[in-house]
Formats: sequence, C-alpha cells, structure tokens
Amino acid sequence: MKVVVDMNKCQDHGQCVFSAPDVFQLDDTGRLAYVSDPDDALRDEVEEAADVCPLQAIRIEA
Amino acid sequence: MAETAHVPRSPGRVVVAGASMGGLRAAEQLRAAGWTGAITVIGDEPHMPYNRPPLSKDVLAGTASFESLAFTPRASAADVEWRLGTTVTSARLDERVVGLDDGTELAFDGLVVATGMRPRKLRCDGPSGPGSGRHTVRTLADARGLRDELTRPGVRVVVIGAGFIGCEVAATAKGLGVGEVTVVDPEPLPMLRPLGELLARSLHRRHEERGVRFALGAGVAGFEGEDRVTGVVLTDGTVLAADVVVESVGSVANTEWLDGNGLDLSDGVLTDEQLRVGGHPNVVAVGDVARFPNARYDGVPRRVEHWSIPTDSAKHAAKSLVAHLAGSVAQPAPFAPLPTFWSDQHEFRLQSFGAPALGIADVRVLDGHPEGDVLVGYHRDDRLVGVVALGGPAATTGAARYRAQLLARPALIS
Ligand SMILES: Cc1cc2nc3c(=O)[nH]c(=O)nc-3n(C[C@H](O)[C@H](O)[C@H](O)COP(=O)(O)OP(=O)(O)OC[C@H]3O[C@@H](n4cnc5c(N)ncnc54)[C@H](O)[C@@H]3O)c2cc1C
Repeated sequence: MKVVVDMNKCQDHGQCVFSAPDVFQLDDTGRLAYVSDPDDALRDEVEEAADVCPLQAIRIEA
Repeated sequence: MAETAHVPRSPGRVVVAGASMGGLRAAEQLRAAGWTGAITVIGDEPHMPYNRPPLSKDVLAGTASFESLAFTPRASAADVEWRLGTTVTSARLDERVVGLDDGTELAFDGLVVATGMRPRKLRCDGPSGPGSGRHTVRTLADARGLRDELTRPGVRVVVIGAGFIGCEVAATAKGLGVGEVTVVDPEPLPMLRPLGELLARSLHRRHEERGVRFALGAGVAGFEGEDRVTGVVLTDGTVLAADVVVESVGSVANTEWLDGNGLDLSDGVLTDEQLRVGGHPNVVAVGDVARFPNARYDGVPRRVEHWSIPTDSAKHAAKSLVAHLAGSVAQPAPFAPLPTFWSDQHEFRLQSFGAPALGIADVRVLDGHPEGDVLVGYHRDDRLVGVVALGGPAATTGAARYRAQLLARPALIS
C-alpha cells in the first residue's frame, strides 16, 4: 500500500495518529511524519486515518 | 424486541438522504459493513460531498481553492448512485418510500437520514435576501458570495453571533485586511457557553488584540437600509454601521421531509443508542441532524455539530442498519463517541476532546497560561470530562495526551 500526504494541505491536527499510530506520528515540534509504504495489513487503519483528516490531505494509492 | 426480520428484496436498496460528509461516510460504511445491495445518495446541492470547515477559514481567506474541498470517496463506494441537485421532499417510512422533488418516488429497504442543518436567519425588520448584504456561511455558494463582498475595499463588517463560526469569520475578515469588524452577541463573552469563562476571556482578548471589536451583552433589534443593509440596530439602541452582515446565530435541522411519520423532530431527528429513528430499525440518522444519546456521558439525546460526528455516527449506524437488513438480532454496543472539535481563529487553534460543556462549573488550567498557550480541563464530580487547548501546535499536541485518558474512563452512566 502506498500512502501520500499532501504536506501543503496538512495542518498538523494529528487525528491520523489516533487512527493509525504505526503509520502516522507527530514529531517533537508537532509536525507530521509518516510511513509511505505501510504493510497492507494496516489498510483499515490507514483508511480511517484518511477519513478523519480535517484537511483531507491523506491519499491511499493502490 | 418482537421484530420480524425484514427480508430485503434481493439484494435491496439503501437510500441515503443528504449528500454531504455524513451521506458519503454512510455510503462507504454500508459497504464496509457488508451491504452488497444498491445504494442511492440524494443531495440537493449540485456538488459531490465537500468539506465545510474551510468555508469560514481558508476558502474565505482565498488560500484554498473551492475545488480542493471535494472529498475523495473510498474505492469501495465506486458503484454508489449519486442523485445530485435533487431534494427529498417527503417520506412514508411505513411504506418504505421517499418522494423526490422531480415528482418520483423511490422505494428503500434501509434509509439513512443525513440531511444536516441550515443556518438560522434573524427575522427582524430591514432588507433581506440576495444582494442585501446579509450573509450566512454553510455552503460553497455562501462562502463564494461572502468572499466577494469581504474583498471590496473599505467594507464594514458586522458579525452576529460570537460562536465558533462567527469568531472564525471575524478572524478571517481581519486577516483579509477588513478595517472594521464587529462581533455582536447577547452573552458577555464570545463562546462563553461551550468553553466557560476562562477560555472565553482569553479568546476575547486575543481577538481584540488583533483588531476585532465586540458589542457584547446586546441582541439585534433590526437592520437599517433600503435594498442593502447600512446598519445593525442593537436592542440597547446602538446602531453599528455595516456594509456586510454575517449571521451566525445557530442552525435549524433539515427534517421537514420526515413530517407525518410520528417522529420526534423537535431538534433534529431523535434516535436511540443504535442511531435508529423512531422505532424503525431500517431507518438510521447520522451527522449534525441526529439527536442521539451518548453512552459515554449521561445518555441525554443531543445533536453534536462537530466534524468528527458524521464519520463516527456513519460507522455505527451502518453496522446497525446492515445487521438489521441481514436479519441479525445481535445488538452492537451503544454508540459512545468521544466528541472532538477544533477551530482556527487568527493564528491560533482551539482543540477540544471530550465534552467540556458538561464540566463547565469546574475548569482548571492543566498546563500553560491563559495569556499564551494554554490547556484546560473540565471536570464533573471531580472527574475529567473534557480538555480544550488554545494556542499553537504545542498546546494542541498537549491536549492529545489527555485523549487516551478521556477514552479510557468508563461511561458516566455505567
Ligand atoms: C462554515 C463551517 C465551518 C465549520 N468548521 C468546523 C470546525 O472547524 N471544526 C469542526 O469540528 N466542525 C466544523 N464544522 C461542522 C461540520 O462541518 C459539520 O458538523 C458537518 O458538515 C456535518 O455534516 P453532515 O453531513 O451531517 O451535514 P451537512 O454538511 O449539513 O450536510 C447535509 C446535506 O444534506 C443536504 N440536504 C438537506 N436537506 C435535503 C433534502 N431534503 N434532500 C436532499 N438533500 C438535502 C444539504 O444541502 C447538505 O448538502 C463547520 C461547519 C460549517 C458550516
């Protein structure tokens, strides 16, 4: 699975972190860091993370 | 419940009324819950579902294009039928049909109510209607129209209502360079009821420091002007000169189409703890329009106009609806979402988790200071029921640390 976050849209709400903590994290300064090729077993979590992003900045490709 | 399982006309149809966030999430979650029948979503706006929060922020400021707001539906929802520009005008729940404004009727096995809210408008003397300078902000068209007027040089803006949307619009207008922005509210401080005095004071000060004026403690008696508004008359006799007026005085649920079914529509549509409507297990409600009990708190049915609710409620409602349509008698656990809310105003953000309004009588600073980044806790019977952060990213990440704690607490009514 390939995950793309539009960092121009991202406003560091961190909601994705609650849904998929293995894929999305906020660093010490509150900025988003993420795994772009997570295991397919995490698909449900990542879909949920995409749903809850207030800026709808998360895209799942394939 | 003595309920004969309804055998769907194979494989049946679910109609979703309302094509915004709640409607889209419901369609997606019906698929996720295993529904393989037809799904028809009916929406009166001409657009596919789009994100509303930027309408009072980035879209008004001109930093987000209208096009960038559209939600990307999940791949699993690719076969959903969208009927846009179509209004649901009636429903006969016992007969399982809805009526549409094109005169046709549509039969359903399951129905999702996702028709949301529309802005309340002040009914008092003075100009009204298109071109009058009076605005509300709910739709793309609203935001477009307001932006056009805010960007005219020298406009004087009066915002009526110091709630979340009113405060956001005032902040955005200031950011756009509008010289005169005044917020009117009968309460003594902005957002006093949802946030309590400590944060309301802090917000008030932050707005004033950035040039927003307030006329607090007075309501609106009427508008001056012939075809266009020239002033807002307050109940204390003050007249505020205005070229543009934004009314953000609450909202009204879009439920008229459900009239005649014996439902409780007194404030949105009343549901049970499975989001089922009025004793009809094949009818569920999601999003802003649903008035549901939250098992996490006191079980009192409330509508919750937070962005997180359409997604949370769609997930739960889809499960309960699909289980019913499949003839299952198993009941999911009651709906018990953790409400979350944010609001962006000027360069600071409010981030809320839990139900602060339930703990407004016992507010404590958990971290920071009301002058800067601050994190406050709301307590009921000495228990933390909500946290709200105000400030920059450090404050909002601080709030997130309490989220697990708020989630872990057993429900208040258990
Ligand atoms: C300007 C603005 C800013 C916001 N900012 C924030 C924020 O910062 N943070 C936050 O947490 N929340 C925010 N919200 C709240 C959030 O956007 C809402 O909670 C959310 O949009 C609710 O979605 P919904 O699908 O339930 O209802 P709606 O979005 O109201 O959708 C209902 C849809 O149904 C349609 N409809 C109504 N009646 C009919 C009918 N009879 N037939 C067919 N279609 C019909 C409507 O036209 C609409 O498209 C904001 C809301 C607004 C308006």
